[in-house]
Amino acid sequence: MATFRQNVEATIPALRRYARALTRDSDIADDLVQDTLVRALRSEHLFHGDEVRSWLYTILTNLNRNRLRSLSRRPPLSPLEDNDAPDLAGPEAGGRDIERALAALVEDQRNALLLVVLEGLSYREVADVQGVPIGTVMSRLARARVQIKNYLDNGRPALRRVK
Amino acid sequence: MIDRDSSVTEEELHAFVDGELPADRQEAVTAWLATHADAAAQVGAWRTQADSIRARYGAVAHEPVPDRIKLDQVLRRDRASGRHLAAMATAAALIAFVFGGAVGWFAHGASAAAPTGFDTFTAEALDAYKLYVVEVRHPVEVPGSERPHLTQWLSKRLGSELRIPDLQSIGLKLVGGRLLPGPTGAAAFYMYEGPSGERFTIYCANTTTTQTALRFKSIDRFAAFYWVDDKVAYVVSGPADRERLETVTKTVYEQVDKSGAKKS
Repeated sequence: MATFRQNVEATIPALRRYARALTRDSDIADDLVQDTLVRALRSEHLFHGDEVRSWLYTILTNLNRNRLRSLSRRPPLSPLEDNDAPDLAGPEAGGRDIERALAALVEDQRNALLLVVLEGLSYREVADVQGVPIGTVMSRLARARVQIKNYLDNGRPALRRVK
Repeated sequence: MIDRDSSVTEEELHAFVDGELPADRQEAVTAWLATHADAAAQVGAWRTQADSIRARYGAVAHEPVPDRIKLDQVLRRDRASGRHLAAMATAAALIAFVFGGAVGWFAHGASAAAPTGFDTFTAEALDAYKLYVVEVRHPVEVPGSERPHLTQWLSKRLGSELRIPDLQSIGLKLVGGRLLPGPTGAAAFYMYEGPSGERFTIYCANTTTTQTALRFKSIDRFAAFYWVDDKVAYVVSGPADRERLETVTKTVYEQVDKSGAKKS
């Protein structure tokens, strides 16, 4: 099954991107990708379809969910609002803002938004990845966008009108 | 706020931003936005969000892929670990034994009278569930692709004719199975996985009881259904979504019951 493996390999850079956005940590992100690959290769025989990419996103999304669950059983590591200088300006500050806004989202909403916006999956594909109807994906997206807007508007008033 | 004018829905606006709008609505939505400044601003804000997300993480996909997650390396390492699979399975079984043994011991201490089959079996089954369900690389000893071998092996070890239920009809694939130490000797353990990665397990072991009704138990995020049929105890475990677990249990129950009927 050379094609299967080629398809998997071609998806690795995108999986790294998605994992990085989900975890905000490059080591944890690559661990997730690695586990995703191991799992995909091991269950190659279970895969009957041609949507390798969606399938890999599904595995990664679920592994991340397991990871978050096991984290939630431990005491929180650090509060979301950390002590970074609040008045940084420039693109760096913007990047950090969106990072925090994403981190503040409910997991399913964050996954849906990232899969659509960053990974370019169709609503149909996201519905398959999340195992929910398309309508649910759309309401997750809508809620995510409202939340992010609120976060950026209220959480960071100083940067409200930058650019 | 947007549905003041019902000609364009908020859903359409999202679809517009995400390139999901049907071609024949493109023009209408563009025109509508030209006369609805609030909605246009909202669409603009969503686009800015998307741009910031891509600006923040887009470059990651262009970074060189680290060696450890290159496919040939993953494959090579995975094969190497396969050679140690037998050893690791033994270690895992030992952990299960210690784990299960401790639970049995505590259960024993808790009630000087012998704990009921329900308590011991569900405790063992849920422990096994919690232990193996998080396993990415070694969740089972024998993969689901070797179903006949698995059936034969576990039937032989338990000394009763087992049937591994087929749960494809409710979207669950057999990941595989393993042998575990149970309260009455060997126990068979099967793992299934749904399309979104959720896992369910079936634990079966011999018991002296002939038959019991179905019983339910939930601990934290996990839950289990227990019953005995023809001197075999079954425990179906999964995430604590009772409705889903009931569906799974029902399907399992029907299949093992059918096999029981066939035998007699």
